[in-house]
Amino acid sequence: MSTFGSKRIVVGAHYGLRDWLAQRVTALLMALFTLVLLVQVLLPGELGYDRWAAIFSQQWMKVITFTLIISLAYHAWIGVRDIWMDYVQPVGLRLALHVFALVWLVGCAGWAVQVLWRL
Amino acid sequence: MTDTTKQRPVYRNINILTDVRTYRLPIAGVVSILHRVSGLLMFLLLPFVVWMFDTSLTSEISFGTFTNAFVAGIGFVPGWFIKLVTLGLIWGYLHHFIAGVRHLWMDATHSVSKEFGQSSAVFTFAASLTLTVLLGAKLFGLY
Repeated sequence: MSTFGSKRIVVGAHYGLRDWLAQRVTALLMALFTLVLLVQVLLPGELGYDRWAAIFSQQWMKVITFTLIISLAYHAWIGVRDIWMDYVQPVGLRLALHVFALVWLVGCAGWAVQVLWRL
Repeated sequence: MTDTTKQRPVYRNINILTDVRTYRLPIAGVVSILHRVSGLLMFLLLPFVVWMFDTSLTSEISFGTFTNAFVAGIGFVPGWFIKLVTLGLIWGYLHHFIAGVRHLWMDATHSVSKEFGQSSAVFTFAASLTLTVLLGAKLFGLY
């Protein structure tokens, strides 16, 4: 999509398509993560602290859990922003809710990453 | 067109106070709005999810706090309420997951007929509600 020159697209920011695609890609990643976690949880043996913590202390599991956290934040940002854009018309209130959503998501993501990497 | 053709109501800019009661939303529409509701629910409960992630993983002591919260409660919050919120999360996750896979399936296979919309919506409810009841019964210690 060209943003300059004689063939530039002069209408729209086209973030609609990008967000649409991003929401589906992140959804697929989270669905796959769910399956990977489920398989490990359902392995035989009692699920106490040791086995639960061992699942997340594997390096590859940390990497895909980190990917999950980022995917979730991005996915939820697109979804929640759509909700505000659909139902909240006053500009000031909508801006405040956008800021709230960003702070909420970035805060939760940071907390989750901290838990993950001190394990 | 004959004059005897019955005039059907036309909905534009549905008003929440006057039209929502009489508007017959098809089941696919119910799945759709609940997809949104469940997403917002999980967004609002995100700190609780991260709290569970934190307490269940950080140490054996915090793991004890985590499991005890579901029995004896934590702070001023009783255990049954924690379980109820968790049940809400379980439903939200299942509905959002299955309705989301339904969307991905529609995108990938171009299954956009009215019939598929209807039958897959029925499937979404059947699967998500059954699993919610099963996991909820486990959560509340019924088996």
